[in-house]
Amino acid sequence: MVFTVEINNQKVAAKSGETILSILNRNGIKVPTLCHLNGFTPTGSCRMCVVEVEGMENLVTACSHPVEEWMKIYSHSPRVLKARKTLVELLLAAHPDDCLYCSRMGACELQTLSDELNITERKYRSRKPSIIIDRSCPSIERDPAKCILCERCIRICNETIGVGAIEIIGRGNKSSIGTQNNRGLNTQSCVKCGQCIMVCPTGALKEKSSYNIVLEAMNNPQFYPVIQVSPAVQASVSEDIGIKAGKDVLNLLWTALQKMGFKQVFDTSLGADLTIMELSEELVQRINNKEKFPLFTSCCPAWVNYIEQARPDLKKHLATSKTPQQMMGMMIKRFYTESENSSSKKVFSVAVMPCTAKKHEAEKSVVADCGTRDVDAVITTRELVKMIRHFGIDFSTLEPDTSEQPYGMRGSAGKLFGVSGGVSESVFRTLHCKLTGQDLSPAKVSETRGLKTRKEIRMKIGKMSIGFVSVSGLSNAIQLLKEIEFGRNNIHLVEVMACPYGCINGGGQRIGTDEKSLKSRMKALYEADEEELIKVAHKNPAILSLYEKILDKNENSLGINILHNFIA
Amino acid sequence: MEEVIDGILVKYPLNNKENLIPVLQEIQKELGYLSGDSLLFVSKHLNVPINQVYGVATFYDQFHFHKKGSFHIKVCKGTTCQVNQSLALLTEIEKKLQIKAGQTTRDGKFSIEVVSCLGACSKSPVMSINGNYHSQLSKENIHKILSSI
Repeated sequence: MVFTVEINNQKVAAKSGETILSILNRNGIKVPTLCHLNGFTPTGSCRMCVVEVEGMENLVTACSHPVEEWMKIYSHSPRVLKARKTLVELLLAAHPDDCLYCSRMGACELQTLSDELNITERKYRSRKPSIIIDRSCPSIERDPAKCILCERCIRICNETIGVGAIEIIGRGNKSSIGTQNNRGLNTQSCVKCGQCIMVCPTGALKEKSSYNIVLEAMNNPQFYPVIQVSPAVQASVSEDIGIKAGKDVLNLLWTALQKMGFKQVFDTSLGADLTIMELSEELVQRINNKEKFPLFTSCCPAWVNYIEQARPDLKKHLATSKTPQQMMGMMIKRFYTESENSSSKKVFSVAVMPCTAKKHEAEKSVVADCGTRDVDAVITTRELVKMIRHFGIDFSTLEPDTSEQPYGMRGSAGKLFGVSGGVSESVFRTLHCKLTGQDLSPAKVSETRGLKTRKEIRMKIGKMSIGFVSVSGLSNAIQLLKEIEFGRNNIHLVEVMACPYGCINGGGQRIGTDEKSLKSRMKALYEADEEELIKVAHKNPAILSLYEKILDKNENSLGINILHNFIA
Repeated sequence: MEEVIDGILVKYPLNNKENLIPVLQEIQKELGYLSGDSLLFVSKHLNVPINQVYGVATFYDQFHFHKKGSFHIKVCKGTTCQVNQSLALLTEIEKKLQIKAGQTTRDGKFSIEVVSCLGACSKSPVMSINGNYHSQLSKENIHKILSSI
């Protein structure tokens, strides 16, 4: 039903059932919000979006109140503005004053609000119950002192990720976001995806930084620092450094990273190509041996964490192939830096990832090869941007490095790993060739594309009907697990990415990622695939020579071992 | 302990989080408190994340996470008692027993709880030990009462 309501003395059309906030936004009126998250259950806990409705005694929260026909709404009346200002002043009453040292400086929503509402002094003072910073988790750090209890992290953890690792503990002025008995986050069901960091309006949640470790290693003459950059980072980093997204970013980034002091720069999509080869081989073996399906992809570390922690009974379904980060890390340490003039120095391998769970993955012992860590430090996209600024790299004056990089030689299949559905698509291309002997034509599989959380492909290869499902958002994966338990048996490969829409929206990406930037990142990756000539992993010359190398070097069957995790 | 909790949980359907509070109440009635393990069992049975169970339990004053002492002291912090310095008495008790409100002494003898009102405002400040009321307290007679136990 459509009716008209009056907003700030103007008549506008409204649909029954929508909230006041949605009608205000539609008509171009900006109301500040803190706890509001698009598409999630409204809580109305921050009260920042209050508006005045004529005839109602109290101010109402626009984000949770449905619009009604008789309403006359005032979004910026003196009473409303005064209330909002007081609300922010109260939020700031117990908030630490250390904005200058805060990791969220410049991207903090509370800071912006305080500026917008012209707050110039600390009007109220109060104390929060003293809770220490939780540094137990290898990926995420929690500082409850900066928390304003908007519950966004809780909602995304419950509704999108579906693990419920944090919750409001206590009541009233003693409440805080925490865990059972204030135990560390590392003892909880947390999968370390970092989506909570992405929605946090303040600096209460941040990644565990490896920034200083990397800087120290770069300055240490004993080390030989090398870096690998993940495709999803290549798609998103341009937003922060002020250049146009596209193919040039990669070349510019190459130059920039070498200027900063990294001796060699690698593209993680080469590692992804290797993952594709191994993953499709696992599928072929399962088909030939008539083993149990489906096979779960193992390239999302948050998903692997979920299986290991919550569903160990499904471990046998999990692919054993290493993730692109670990594949690349292994290759760097074993093959690529050997030939260089690095024998006197220790290789320090850094990975730039759009992900916080990768930090944890690099620390796990089961993925380390020969007793050393394959990847020594993982930094997120945010940390990379900080580092670029730290070194004063000006991208507008850089010349793109177009010289042929021996390790940049790659197909575009691995690039697609950055977006949900991409793993399915690239594995499908290789599997098609392995089963039929012919390349898929055209290489594009349109079912796996687009900004959706669930995509399915079904194709006939010979007599077999092969089904791939790619889901993103861990709660959707949990839903799919239920379907499989209730008897759905036509799926061969389940691709899971814990973050909605895949790594382009990962927990290490720029704060304030919206749908528009997601679309442009996705477009950048698909365009890279369009332009590349080698679209399949099994035709990538670097991969082919690598397989020769592995088989050469290892008479005993270690060749396979270094490409797989064998989880006990 | 496990058998007791299992005995309670079988009465409630699986995966139904509506029953969370009744389950917790019943467990507390049986065990006297909510142990960390019992919360885990509840979380598994009702399919509610453990932190949510803990969050709900900490919201209500009725739930305890430590085993009560054999002498359970309830100190009133109602308006009248507070005006009559009941909180100063609380710190005195805490100092004497060397525990905080909500905790139990190591020997399991005493535990302290702060309650909203004991309903004896005319005799404030008031505390009750295992249901026996002690009224018009002062620092001196608190020591006397606690030492006599």
